[in-house]
Amino acid sequence: MPVVVVDVVLKPEILDPQGQAILGAVNRLGIAGVTSVRQGKHFELDVADDFDDEAVATLADSLLSNPVIETFTIHRP
Amino acid sequence: MAVRVGVVTFPGSLDDRDALRAIEFAGGVGVPLWHADPDLQGVDAVILPGGFSYGDYLRCGAIARYAPVMASVVAGAKDGLPVLGICNGFQVLCESHLLPGALIRNDHRRFVCRDQALRMLNTTSRWTSAYRPDQVITIPIKNGEGGYVADAATLDKLERDGRIVARYVHGNPNGSYRDIAGVTNKAGNVVGLMPHPEHAVESLTGPGTDGLGFFLSLIGVRDEVDA
Repeated sequence: MPVVVVDVVLKPEILDPQGQAILGAVNRLGIAGVTSVRQGKHFELDVADDFDDEAVATLADSLLSNPVIETFTIHRP
Repeated sequence: MAVRVGVVTFPGSLDDRDALRAIEFAGGVGVPLWHADPDLQGVDAVILPGGFSYGDYLRCGAIARYAPVMASVVAGAKDGLPVLGICNGFQVLCESHLLPGALIRNDHRRFVCRDQALRMLNTTSRWTSAYRPDQVITIPIKNGEGGYVADAATLDKLERDGRIVARYVHGNPNGSYRDIAGVTNKAGNVVGLMPHPEHAVESLTGPGTDGLGFFLSLIGVRDEVDA
């Protein structure tokens, strides 16, 4: 059964408080060189052979992401 | 005949009982509705209450949006049914695209729970007509993901069209863009609000009775609220 991956991230103009908290932890770890963290969601779907990218996009647009604040990308590993 | 107002209970709703009680305080009849039942039982209006529907999984309100009852609520709202979403209910209305924008984690990353002052702006919607323009009211707010966001063009349009129901004053509790606490749709029948008017309908258990106006507005009693 094919696997399809959908990654969802906040749009650049939307504040990401969780990403900021992660960046704070990175700094507290003493790791230098990281200037920004944006966090998102990663979905792995087992799909039928004929479940094409258009069908995935419909699902991603209606449920997996909120198009008001997020964008998504589809990968087939 | 008394106005019948449905209150939807989703798995994880918290404030459904208080919303039903607020309706009764305002002289209406509260009708419990169930997330899995698309039958709205002929109610005159619907409230989507606060809480953590479906555990806030995926995004706040994202799963509730597809509950069977919501198909009826969305269809009704498009036909003019008054719908008020409070807190998690506001999140559900945004996820349903009945209202523009979205609600994200508070900018300070802490849960906020306090009495909050609001300036009422749109007082012509179905849920706010009992208030005066620029009236300042105080009702509780309690949320972890109450930051109202939308792109600049949407925010400009909301301001231009007078669709901002209320703004936070004396401090923004959650990082909401332009201090927005609540918005309405173009027709004025759908209102989303992050603070909780249903927790401010009697002085014994809340900061006062400033919240009652949302329910009185719907039920048809005007000029009763004088905060």
